Amino acid sequence: MDPNRPSIWEQARLQGIPRRDFLRYCTWMGAMLGLEASAVGQIVKALETKSRIPVIWFHFQECTCCSESFIRSSHPIVADIILDRISLDYTETLQAAAGRQAEEALHATMEKFKGQYLMLVEGAIPTKDDGVYCCIGGRSALDIVNEAAGGAKAIVAWGNCASSGCIQAAHPNPTGSKPVHKVLTGKPIVNVQGCPPIGEVMSGTIVHILTFDRIPQLDGQGRPKAFYSRRVHDSCYRRPNYDAGLFVQAWDDENARRGFCLYKMGCRGPETYNACGIIRWNDGVSYPIQSGHGCIGCSEANYWDNGPFYRHLAAFPGFGIETTADKVGLAIGAAAAAGIAAHAITTNIRKRRVIKAEIATSETPSADKKGGK
Amino acid sequence: MAKRIVIDPVTRIEGHLRLEVEVKNGKVTDAYSSGTMVRGIEKILVGRDPRDAWAFTERACGVCTTVHALSSVRTVEDALDIEIPPNAELVRNLMFCAHYMQDHVVHFYHLHALDWVDVVSALKADAAKTAEIARSISDWPRSSPGYFSDVQNRLKRLVESGQLGIFANGYWGHPAFKLPPEINLLAVTHYLEALEWQKEIVKVHAIFGGKNPHPNYLVGGAPLSIDIDEANAVNMERLAFVGTLLGQAKEFVEKVYLPDLMAVASFYKDWGAVGEGLPNYLAYGDLPTAGYANPDKFKFPRGIILDKNLGQVHAVDPRDPGGIAEEVAHSWYSYSDGDGQAKHPWQGETALNYTGPKPPYDELNVEGKYSWLKTPRWRGKPMEVGPLARLLVAYASGRPDVIGVVNGALQKLGVPVTALFSTLGRTAARGLETLLVAGWAGEFFEDLLANIKNGDTRMFNGDKWDPDTWPAEAKGAGMSEAPRGALCHWIVIKDKKIANYQMVVPSTWNASPRDGKGQRSAYETALLGTPVHDPEKPLEILRTVHSFDPCIACAVHVYDEHGTNQARVFTF
Repeated sequence: MDPNRPSIWEQARLQGIPRRDFLRYCTWMGAMLGLEASAVGQIVKALETKSRIPVIWFHFQECTCCSESFIRSSHPIVADIILDRISLDYTETLQAAAGRQAEEALHATMEKFKGQYLMLVEGAIPTKDDGVYCCIGGRSALDIVNEAAGGAKAIVAWGNCASSGCIQAAHPNPTGSKPVHKVLTGKPIVNVQGCPPIGEVMSGTIVHILTFDRIPQLDGQGRPKAFYSRRVHDSCYRRPNYDAGLFVQAWDDENARRGFCLYKMGCRGPETYNACGIIRWNDGVSYPIQSGHGCIGCSEANYWDNGPFYRHLAAFPGFGIETTADKVGLAIGAAAAAGIAAHAITTNIRKRRVIKAEIATSETPSADKKGGK
Repeated sequence: MAKRIVIDPVTRIEGHLRLEVEVKNGKVTDAYSSGTMVRGIEKILVGRDPRDAWAFTERACGVCTTVHALSSVRTVEDALDIEIPPNAELVRNLMFCAHYMQDHVVHFYHLHALDWVDVVSALKADAAKTAEIARSISDWPRSSPGYFSDVQNRLKRLVESGQLGIFANGYWGHPAFKLPPEINLLAVTHYLEALEWQKEIVKVHAIFGGKNPHPNYLVGGAPLSIDIDEANAVNMERLAFVGTLLGQAKEFVEKVYLPDLMAVASFYKDWGAVGEGLPNYLAYGDLPTAGYANPDKFKFPRGIILDKNLGQVHAVDPRDPGGIAEEVAHSWYSYSDGDGQAKHPWQGETALNYTGPKPPYDELNVEGKYSWLKTPRWRGKPMEVGPLARLLVAYASGRPDVIGVVNGALQKLGVPVTALFSTLGRTAARGLETLLVAGWAGEFFEDLLANIKNGDTRMFNGDKWDPDTWPAEAKGAGMSEAPRGALCHWIVIKDKKIANYQMVVPSTWNASPRDGKGQRSAYETALLGTPVHDPEKPLEILRTVHSFDPCIACAVHVYDEHGTNQARVFTF
């Protein structure tokens, strides 16, 4: 880090933010990142001594919903992040400069802070036909991302586009669209999944990197465990209805008004890992299921091709064929339709496998290595 | 000789826009607008369940999130002849209004303001004077000298740190900046305040649609259920939440956005004579009060104005095969029967055909094809769409509420009606319609409460939910007014699946390349004559192009190889 850049605490102090509020912020951040109370001291120290990290934010094949979600973050709020905690040196959405001046700002950061900047990517990268399907400043996205990745300290892939290709990579993927990790190798990449990811998950990921100077622990798909280690189904407040066999049968029916489980309406909660049921959306106001529509699985790879959205999961080919008995979650579910019971068994088996895989991953040192500088 | 300026990327927009502009004697003499990214959403839609289309099309744009979902559900409902319950219409209207307020405020402060506001000049402001000005134009409570000097100090630290972040390399000190330091400080302060505010109003989307961006929609109604005696439904707590959010948003629009807009505009009245653009305006209209089938009862009326003649409003029908059509003369697509054709969207036939230079490149071949946007026309005529088009159509239709706010603003600024046809006019129209929408939102909310009070909580019409009830073939068109202008989706459903899906979106109308006859679209026309003080610093060009609020990911999505459908077949 550049010793001439003021630390975050210095910035905060100069803005007249009391020490007490600063510490409260650090405590909140610790809670958000799921840390023990003893780790809060670490955050305080990090924010006291770290300067603003240079950040470049690319837009490729995307719809800007990730940027929009980012500015919805309520803790920390985005004005504080972009003015006080990072130096957002290149962002097509917000920056004052355009054209050549914007490109110069980008290159100045890439040269001056080689090896130090954070590279954030929103959007997928078309690879067909020399990448002519996405060009900026006359250069292909493929060319740009390869150049910038070289000097990046870490790379964050925002949303489903950058993490797994999203809609443009859905069948028949007309432009040969690929996620970041399929075009770049040898760099730590954090996949912050979702279409878009929750605003606080985005800001939380950035603050994690800033605070601890390493990327967060990731699951097998490169997603931060702090936000993607629970199935929406397992953290859903409607889950007891599922276990009791109480389902919405039709939109706006009596059961819908009583908030029963949306599984039969196509809810993808049982196969989707995300924090929607825990953090919820827009400062915790709601999440899709709470507002009556099933989860469409937007934080999973290939979710567009796992449709149609309103067909429920057990009816899918290949689903529900594993029949090994498993008592977990079945006691009351036995009253429900046979297909659904089979699904419950299947998903619990699947879940145990995933947990096992996760344990195996965390036992190997690779996750920590990825988190290095 | 004219000098060619290339601006790529055009920043503070959605999507990837490139401008190649010729400047001679300090003025723009020609302009070429190019969309440089394509994804192919329509191609991807072929073969899928029409009831899923809203989710796909919503991803056309995350800035104008919801508008494509709205057009999409209307398209399918139009094709299948589904009438939605009044409450669902009101919920859609409330989401529409919430989105307008958020999107227009973000456009003004975060995407457009830095074209008019010199951030660095704000450092020189007398914060006490800024407070005085703020109080003279509004009774918004956050207007103490200390409040403004805090922001000024924060800005000072940012500049002194040497890391200017989003403000790096801006056009600070440019002679086209006319605001006094005190107004610059006011605007920068509200830039930060609006950034914090905008995340509040979209909570209406979270309540009704579960999340924002990209809330959920439903063909046949809305996915939520209302039951005022249930803990898990939309009950009085949820409704009161919506009411509070709408009230707070209205206050912000009335006390911050509009006063700031007027204060800034009063220093740039000369921009009421720059960026005039096309003489034709198109609006599909929106915000139904008696169902989607009754456009006469929409808050925003439907119609077309030709040759700036506000004495006559022409009808527009998206089903008319001789009405709206798309051309590819200068777009990187090819038509099977020749690129000189114009095709109605139901017959839309498109194949990607990149003929531009191999990247990296310095200039596009503007004589040939030069954009991923197609070129839409109404009876062969180019149209401007957007807030100005909406207000002009409403004004010409004799809507008293619209006439009231438009005349009021013209009077306040002391500019003639002709000043509407300009860069300033577009920016002002956006603010004025936000004011109208903020008021209408309150009416819709009261109507929703009245329906519930009368015992009507219906949110969904399931008569045609089951695909077995559908005809073998159906066609639909779903119109709406996105914040950026007239939006329409066209669908052809065959055997319960999407056989063809086309979107003609606002920025396709405005940002498209020339048509086969060489007629320019809205951006290219409006840029003509724009003054350019320093060709190296394209500040004035950004003003005019930002006045349209470009949204290019929306505009470039077109790719359907009609007749060569290779999409996977799903079994139901």
